[in-house]
Amino acid sequence: MKPNLSWKKIKGWSLFLPVVALLLVMMVNIVYDAVNGNNPLSFFVITLQQTTSNGTILYGRIIDILNRGSEAAILAIGMTLVVSSSAGTDISVGSVMSLCASFCCMLLAGYGVSSTTTLAVPLIVGVLGGLLMGAVCGMFNGTLVAYFRIQPMVATLILFSAARAIGLLLCNDLIVYVRNPSYAAFGAFMGIFPTPFVITAICVAITMVILKKSALGMYIQSVGINDKASRIAGLNSKRIIFLTYVICGLFAGIAGIVNSSRITSADSNNIGLYLEMDAILAVALGGNSLGGGKFNLAGSIIGAYTIQAITTTLYALGVSAAQAPVFKAVIVILIVAIQSEPVRNFFKKQSAAKHVKGVA
Amino acid sequence: MKKKLISMLLTGVMAASLLAGCGGTAAPAAPAAPAAEAPAEEAPAEEAEEKVEEVAEDVEEAAEEVKEEAADAGSGELISVGFAQVGHESDWRTASTKSCQDVFSKENGYDLSFVDCDNDEAAQKEAVRSFIEQGVDYIIIDPIIATGWDTVLTECEDAGIPVIVIDRTIDDSDKYVSWVGSDFLTEGKAAGEWLKAYVDAQGIKEVNALIIQGTIGSSAQIGRTDGFQEIADREGWTVLDKQTGDFTEAGGQEVMESYCKSYAGKFNVVICENDNEAFGAMTAMDNAGVKYGPGNDVILISYDACTAGLKEVQAGKITADFECNPLAAPTVEGVIKTLESGGTPEAQILVPDNWYALKDAIVDFSVDGNAQKMIEVTDEVIEAQY
Repeated sequence: MKPNLSWKKIKGWSLFLPVVALLLVMMVNIVYDAVNGNNPLSFFVITLQQTTSNGTILYGRIIDILNRGSEAAILAIGMTLVVSSSAGTDISVGSVMSLCASFCCMLLAGYGVSSTTTLAVPLIVGVLGGLLMGAVCGMFNGTLVAYFRIQPMVATLILFSAARAIGLLLCNDLIVYVRNPSYAAFGAFMGIFPTPFVITAICVAITMVILKKSALGMYIQSVGINDKASRIAGLNSKRIIFLTYVICGLFAGIAGIVNSSRITSADSNNIGLYLEMDAILAVALGGNSLGGGKFNLAGSIIGAYTIQAITTTLYALGVSAAQAPVFKAVIVILIVAIQSEPVRNFFKKQSAAKHVKGVA
Repeated sequence: MKKKLISMLLTGVMAASLLAGCGGTAAPAAPAAPAAEAPAEEAPAEEAEEKVEEVAEDVEEAAEEVKEEAADAGSGELISVGFAQVGHESDWRTASTKSCQDVFSKENGYDLSFVDCDNDEAAQKEAVRSFIEQGVDYIIIDPIIATGWDTVLTECEDAGIPVIVIDRTIDDSDKYVSWVGSDFLTEGKAAGEWLKAYVDAQGIKEVNALIIQGTIGSSAQIGRTDGFQEIADREGWTVLDKQTGDFTEAGGQEVMESYCKSYAGKFNVVICENDNEAFGAMTAMDNAGVKYGPGNDVILISYDACTAGLKEVQAGKITADFECNPLAAPTVEGVIKTLESGGTPEAQILVPDNWYALKDAIVDFSVDGNAQKMIEVTDEVIEAQY
């Protein structure tokens, strides 16, 4: 009886389905390696690797997932809050990433310079500039959504199309290379850990602490569930919605700088391309309702890494580029279907029926 | 009635005398005016005279303008050209755009409508349609993708506007005058033939290659992949894997990161289908502790040979870099001149490409029987590159 109870507890855990989805994706690799006669666990092996330029680092596919999934995970934090408070999505985050990266690189290289090895301004100025740009974009979106009551998708559509173009203007239509080792730090390795992962961990930790220690988390959910009632209860709904968009913009800025630092350049056309979709998908995969209200931040983060796990798996399996999107789509459909209301109800009924039979 | 008739007559005389090029403008008007004066009353005659003078001035100005323009642009007016460019995703693209803007300038007698299509196929077709509406004389297209062009090109044909395709190719329509660009298949073959000569010179017996492809379906990707594959098949080399890095540095990084794990210690050649992918692959190989470049375990081959790429060749990281010349505009102008003079340009015109390496990696090879000359990368070469 006792193990049964704990199993129920596990099943009732809000992160149960997202974690199962992540594990299922990774299981594919075990099967593939076993069939091919390799070490079945080779996907999960983590070793220490001597590099040419970065000293010793952790090395393995799991590390790749944690490293490469960072941008989507950072975006997913902001996206979760936005979805919760405003029952809408911020589709501009990918473009804002690109704009922040472009602005940061433009500051570091100087306007019109396309390639540099020395920094025009101290690193911190460029990075803070990029982050500030993210926050400003967030304020713009937040003002439109919270105060002008424009539908979130329409409001953020403006920056979705404009931000990338502004970034290109800032970069004089060029790829700006900042080939300076100090700028590469955010996308490289910190000790043995990938820096993007460390940054993600810090972002998640800070957000979690703020949400738990202050009442902000509760306020956001309450506004998302019913903003009129929240207002009557004394909450400034508009300001809270505005705030979530600013946070989302800020995180887009962080993600943009991480992504640009990986390639030590501002590739305005490609940074954050389609990443807004990954961020939204991450929120959905994390078991959050896109209709707003209650949210589960950890679920979104797991969702983001699940998406990266799919990508890394497809690379590991050597699926050709032409077919990869189809596989990705199929996996996503399965994961979303498993978490859908009718399917969950079906399983509940099944287990209830079993229970009744057992009693009889 | 009479007044009108007189003034019209006078104007006619003036204009005729001007156009006939009788030299002086006021001189012929003087005898004409008194002749007309006789039937008319005094005051109106004066008015008429004033009008005549005004008109004469206008005509004079117009004639001068025409003369000036004729002197400026030889054939009379500017040739309008519409250019639907792919976007501005790389240094290569920027060089291509600048080349076009320099060649088709007002000073050279052209009126260029330039549209940057931001890598959006639909926007590019819209741009071409807007050129048709504007009624430009020539349309230049650098097609983002190779298919789906027949309808639009038929519209151009119906409007009687010749289309010149540059750089990338169009596969499903032949309703254009010429294609001007680099032959990607030749670039791929050149890379293969160079590798053959290089491994022979180095005494390397086995070739196990990994390919990081460009955006799947682009003509650069197809040509470079097929060209290299042709030589690989002939020589019996192993191509371990092919995956796309979408012509971006981030893409190259992620694909190479995965390759380093899947094929650890099994590969000795990496081919990146543009320089940006090569930069990404370099970072990934650094992190995996793989040594590359001339004299090391792994031979790194790249395409494009932009300035940043040549710098990496000079730094001894990229073993050989195969150029794709972006300066197509001068050749395109040649095509337009041929059309203007009523001739028929060739259907396919190649812009000459160069192959770059450091001295140690320069070997003699030939493509399709044509001996190739490689260029050694020096500071001057990098300086001169676009």
